[in-house]
This record gives sequence, C-alpha cells and structure tokens, in this order.
Amino acid sequence: MKLSESPAVKVGLSIAVATGLYGLSFGALSVSAGLDLWQTMALSLLLFSGGSQFAFIGVIAGGGSGLSALSASALLGIRNGVYGMQLNLLLRPAGWRKLLAAQVTIDESVATATGQTDPVEQRRGFWAAGIGVFVLWNIFTGLGALLGAAIGDPAQWGLDGAAAAAFLGLLWPRIQGLEPAAIAVVCAVVTVLAVPFVPPGIPILIAAVVAAVLGLSGLGPASEGLEPDVDPYPSGVDSEKPA
Amino acid sequence: MTLWGWILAACLVSMATKLAGYLVPTKLLDNPRMLRVAGSVTIGLLAALTAVNTVAAGTQVVVDARLAALVAAAVALWCRAPFLVVVAAGAAAAALARLLGAV
Repeated sequence: MKLSESPAVKVGLSIAVATGLYGLSFGALSVSAGLDLWQTMALSLLLFSGGSQFAFIGVIAGGGSGLSALSASALLGIRNGVYGMQLNLLLRPAGWRKLLAAQVTIDESVATATGQTDPVEQRRGFWAAGIGVFVLWNIFTGLGALLGAAIGDPAQWGLDGAAAAAFLGLLWPRIQGLEPAAIAVVCAVVTVLAVPFVPPGIPILIAAVVAAVLGLSGLGPASEGLEPDVDPYPSGVDSEKPA
Repeated sequence: MTLWGWILAACLVSMATKLAGYLVPTKLLDNPRMLRVAGSVTIGLLAALTAVNTVAAGTQVVVDARLAALVAAAVALWCRAPFLVVVAAGAAAAALARLLGAV
C-alpha cells in the first residue's frame, strides 16, 4: 500500500492540522502571560506537550513562581511517560528512533497509533501524527506569539477568558464518567478555597496532592483520565477506541 | 533562577519523562494503582488550572468577565465544538462582558 493511501497517515495528518491550529492560542496566551517569543518557542519545541505547556504559562500568568510552574507542568506530563511504555511495547523503536519517538509521544500520536490494529499502520499513524503535530504546532505557536505581541492589552481581547476556556477544553474529554467528574469538582473547590491562604501556584499543587490521594484510595476505574484527550476515530466502523 | 532557567528545566523534565517511558521495564505498566494515580492527577491538575484561571487574581478570589468565558466555553464544549472554537468562544465572551461593563 502506498503511504498516501494509508488510513493511519490520513488520520494522523488531519489531527495534526486540527491540533497544530490551536498552537495559535498557546502562542498568544504565552506572550500575554509574560513570556517572550523565544521562551514561548522553547516550550513548543522542547517541552512539546500541550497540557504541560498551558499549565506552565497558566501558573506564570497567575503570578506563580517558576518552581510552581515547573511542578504543575511536570505532573501533567506524567501521562506521557505512561504513553511511552505503551508505545515501546507497540512500536519497539530502536537506537536513535527511540529518542525521536519519545519527543513526539503526545496525546495525538498515541491516540492515532492505538486506534489501528495492523502494526504497520500503527507505526505510520504514530509518526504521521507525531511529526505532523510537531511541525504545525511550532509554526502556529510562533504565529500566535507574534499575534499576541501585536494586539496590546490581552484582557481587552478576552485573552484571560481564553485561558480559562482552554483549560476547560483540555479537561472536558477526560470527565465523561461520574468518578472523574467528582475528582475534578473536588480539586476545583479545594483550589479555590486555598487561593487566599497560600502563594499563587501552590493551590494547583495542593489539588494535585488531593487528586493523588483520591486515586490512591481507589476512586475511578484504572484508566480514567489517562486516555489521550483526543479521539481521531469517532465514527469509524473498523477502528478501535484508544486503549 | 530566572524565567529562562525554569523554562529550560521544565523542558528537560518533560523530555526525561517521555524517554523514561521507553526505558523502564514494562512491568510498571501492569500496576493499576500507579495508573489510577497518574490518571486522577491529570484530571485534578486540569480542574485546578481551570479554577485558578477563572476566579483567582493573585491571592484573591474574584468574579469577573472570565466567568462568562468559562460558561461560554462549557456551552461550546456541550455542542461538541472543536478546541479552537471553544477558546475563541471564551475570549469573545470575556471581551463582550467587559464591553458591557464587567471588570
């Protein structure tokens, strides 16, 4: 089969376009949080994980310390390590490919790969989505940062509202069940209650501890919240949901 | 440490986390407790970040135009709008609320 006819490559590239586009919002929000163009680009090129990048600038925008921003970003990135274990079994990359595969291990590439059953298609889907998102995400991050720097007062354009909307958009696909929703509500309430009493950024880390305790006490099925937050195969008859 | 320092540190941690997944023994994946904690922490952090970015201003809890943004985003998500539309709806709602006199 030719590469251009591969269903996994098609899915991977279309998800790359959709995801890459919202690099615009990351770039603009990052600049309004106080990062410059190159700091914003460093996050998209090197950290390269949407949720963690939004977390980092979200804490900075709220006046939190660098350490709080780092911690929130690192904790949100744990799932990428879990994805890495799954993909290592699935794709078995060797040598330098392992390094490259690790860098493009994100929600989108995992969802595209695990939605395929044929090992060749799994591999193609992973690389198409991973590299596709990487290229477009970085291009649109740069455009968003330039745009954000050009428009002046971010509040006037509702960019602070865009940040709240972005985090709800990242959370939404993960709270389909009752128990994940309960975890989300408890953590949101704990965060708001903590805001007046501790320095900015710390309430988010308190919520992470509460969430870990809830998880340890057995709330929620084993995989809730750990599925990639995208489903590239919403209506396909011959595809499987990401595991 | 400067902001640049924290940014590069966060990048290093992210790259190390991803690579660690490819290097650790796969037996770790069979631990349901570990997976459950990682999943609930992801949910908890995103919920906390949503809350902070909606009502926190430094160490104060305030109700302002960002609440309108959150409601608009929820409506957009309910209608299964794509992510970029959700973010745009949030921005538009906050800008509109300010235009109408909200802080």
